[in-house]
Amino acid sequence: MARPARSAPSGDPDRPPEGKQILSPDDIGRVLDRIAHQILEKTKGAPDTILLGIPTRGVALAGRLAERIRRFADVDVPAGTLDITLYRDDLRRRALRPLGPTDLPPSGVDDQRVVLVDDVLYSGRTVRAALNALYDLGRPAQVQLAILVDRGHRELPIRADYVGKNIPTSRSENVAVHLTEYDGSDAVILTGDEGR
Amino acid sequence: MKHLLTAKQLTRDEAELILDLTGQMAEAVTGREVPKLPTLRGRTVVNLFYEDSTRTRTSFETAAKRLSADVVNFAAKTSSINKGESLKDTALTLQAMGPEAVVIRHPSSGAPQRLTQWVDGAVLNAGDGTHAHPTQALLDAYTMRRRLGGIEGRTVAIVGDILHSRVARSNVWLLSELGARVRLVAPPTLLPADIGTWPVEISYDLDASLRDADAVMMLRVQRERMNDAFFPTANEYARLYGLDERRLGLMPEHAIVMHPGPMNRGMEIAARVADSPRATITEQVANGVWVRMAVLYLLLTNGDAR
Amino acid sequence: MKRSEHPRRTLIKGADIVGRGRADILVDEGRVAEIGAPSRTGADVVDADGLVLLPGLVDLHTHLREPGREDAETVLTGTRAAAKGGYTAVCAMANSDPVADTAGVVEQVAALGRAAGFADVQPIGAVSVGLAGERLAEIGAMAHSAAKVRMFSDDGHCVADPRLMRRALEYVKTFDGLIAQHAEEPRLTEGAQMNEGAVSAELGLPGWPAVAEEAIIARDVLLAEYVGARIHFCHISTARSVEIIREAKARGVSVTAEVCPHHLLLTDERVHTYDPVYKVNPPLRSRSDVEALRAALAEGVVDVVATDHAPHAPQDKDCEWSAARPGMLGLETALSITVAALGGSDGVDWDLVAERTSRTPARIAALTAHGRDPEPGLEANFTLVDPSRTWTVVPSELASLSQNTPYAGMELPVTIQATFLRGRATVLDGVLAETAEETQ
Repeated sequence: MARPARSAPSGDPDRPPEGKQILSPDDIGRVLDRIAHQILEKTKGAPDTILLGIPTRGVALAGRLAERIRRFADVDVPAGTLDITLYRDDLRRRALRPLGPTDLPPSGVDDQRVVLVDDVLYSGRTVRAALNALYDLGRPAQVQLAILVDRGHRELPIRADYVGKNIPTSRSENVAVHLTEYDGSDAVILTGDEGR
Repeated sequence: MKHLLTAKQLTRDEAELILDLTGQMAEAVTGREVPKLPTLRGRTVVNLFYEDSTRTRTSFETAAKRLSADVVNFAAKTSSINKGESLKDTALTLQAMGPEAVVIRHPSSGAPQRLTQWVDGAVLNAGDGTHAHPTQALLDAYTMRRRLGGIEGRTVAIVGDILHSRVARSNVWLLSELGARVRLVAPPTLLPADIGTWPVEISYDLDASLRDADAVMMLRVQRERMNDAFFPTANEYARLYGLDERRLGLMPEHAIVMHPGPMNRGMEIAARVADSPRATITEQVANGVWVRMAVLYLLLTNGDAR
Repeated sequence: MKRSEHPRRTLIKGADIVGRGRADILVDEGRVAEIGAPSRTGADVVDADGLVLLPGLVDLHTHLREPGREDAETVLTGTRAAAKGGYTAVCAMANSDPVADTAGVVEQVAALGRAAGFADVQPIGAVSVGLAGERLAEIGAMAHSAAKVRMFSDDGHCVADPRLMRRALEYVKTFDGLIAQHAEEPRLTEGAQMNEGAVSAELGLPGWPAVAEEAIIARDVLLAEYVGARIHFCHISTARSVEIIREAKARGVSVTAEVCPHHLLLTDERVHTYDPVYKVNPPLRSRSDVEALRAALAEGVVDVVATDHAPHAPQDKDCEWSAARPGMLGLETALSITVAALGGSDGVDWDLVAERTSRTPARIAALTAHGRDPEPGLEANFTLVDPSRTWTVVPSELASLSQNTPYAGMELPVTIQATFLRGRATVLDGVLAETAEETQ
């Protein structure tokens, strides 16, 4: 049994990513600006709101959104972490996954508006697990979903409230989100389908 | 890792992974609205207990249930075990239920290893004869990690009936693998023969062994051992190897007192020592659930399980 | 080679006869008729070119399990296993059920052996009634019975009471009998499960300390010396036992000792598997004990290899270690392991092999028709061995009724090609005869 690496980074920082760049660092910055504004708008100034990032990259994205919201509206929206490993439906089939921490803001989740933040929305299973995990922690007033990339192919009736970019993909492709916090630089790369 | 049979089988990385998971399990459940995780929903864990041990069985059962597994208890008193059915036949009966894991406690050393040949699921050793009790050692290590801030470089004295102790046999290997200095303290009659290759120091003198100890682990000593001439009387044993308040005073301020339970108060440990804030005995019991959750999670989600 | 229905004359051609060299042997009416270059007229010919001819092997220590545990072995299946292993005579231990402690039981066992016809069966009588170590069994009655018992042993149990041991040693002198002691001080081995040492310490199995054997051997050589009796030690297993016996022999004590094949090959490291196929009494010991026993066998401090062939039914081994019965199969693998222990098929001294597996055990058990190098007029009891052919142990292919061999899957040196009991091939071309004739 090898000690599993914490969620494998999707790229090697020393090597220029192969494949097609969908979002540049500037694009990602603009997209996050927009989502932050949308959150403020849709939640009417984000009172009683917390952001919960889903490990690994959702955590950094939640942090960046919180920072922007503070900058744009001088509103303090706490960001936390929601680990969903123990709620996954594929534990039986996948190699051992390490657990991540779940760090809730001091307010907890009860009666809060919780915005779940993740990098890629695909089948929707991760969000399903996140909802279950969330409801074992308490009873939020409302749950929303913010996502950097929606690549389609949903397997569950789940829809994001805030979408950075819709990217049509085939199932054989892979969407890799690189973030400075983990990968040295920001980028969204589409790889995998030789036919493209 | 398919089974957990001994502490000795664990590499340092594996042991540390389990201890990390243990902390994460405790965090994941503590203080929550629903203290239960869906992780092992639909999986069956069988508790096969050939020895009465309510505390260990309950700990495994709680751990499995916190992870939403279905638990089937096969206890010696309520099943065909008492009718003289062989371990193999019992195993084949269990196998028909298709459990993903069998937790076994057995008076015969090595029984869990034999069981692996007769069931497909993961086998978890919950104590076999005088051989091994790996989850006890893991929970002890976890307790030390929390109380002492780590294990590397710490000195741990294990005191008492080493010869008959599966707890000692598991802690020796695990703690030394994790970088602790392990000292066995016992009269020569209660030490196994030929342990020159063990990664331990050996002492017959408890007082001298306490002054630099960061943790002292007192083992249960059965009074009946005196009938086999392991020591003259229970009183003499308590005088020479019991942890009383005077001896507690010899230990460094930060040092902790551990006991795997059940205790013989007045024999290996004085009541006041057992109840002192430096004793971690109830904490060990609580940590046992987290450790067992971590191990169940590890064995049942590693891709080997069916 | 062809097996005729009723061989009267057999010509064994070209064997390397141990102690003599390459020659042909003509067997007629169960006895050696001529050695050298006899005429082949009217004889079946066995081509033994490249084979070694040993006097038929003799086992001082066999558990045939009949009467009592016919689900593990019978006299018939046990002697078929013996023939397959090159044996022409086996001594059947007394721990049957009922115990062989009366003339009736030993005569029954002897009769079963004659009916089976695959090897001569010499019963060993119990020293004490029911092997209980309290009262002497009817040793004289067994000695004077049709079974002509000369060896007595409580094997499986030690004759621990020194007074009973002394009396037994003295009593058998009346008919030049012999006590074979299972040396195990019972108070030092209560609950013991394996050799006491580093492995038992790690595995948490109660230890069987070497000193429990050595203390009894030391005591009993002194007792035998004191009363002027012969004594034989079963299955010695430790380096120190060898030293005590060496010293006793040097002093002139009339002591002999046997070693089992498994103690010449396997160590207690095997117990790490917790597979009870490795559970045996006395237990597998350390590497240094194995080395000492091999040296002692070569040197002659240990006189013979004896199998302690101990078949067990599946349920007695297919269980947890402490619930399993001790003992392992030995008859069909003993010669191969002896050869391996004495230097391997290339370097082995076949005369030494004959000495340790045939001549000396026959002499100790007073089996005058066995253990004899072929001479005209002697019974034709021999074994033909192919020294260059190895074989792999497959439990289900063994002739024994049981399968508890610790050598499963191992490739062993030398194979038994043929075994002749009074001129009749019980094994030919490595294959057992379908039936053997009732003997005598």
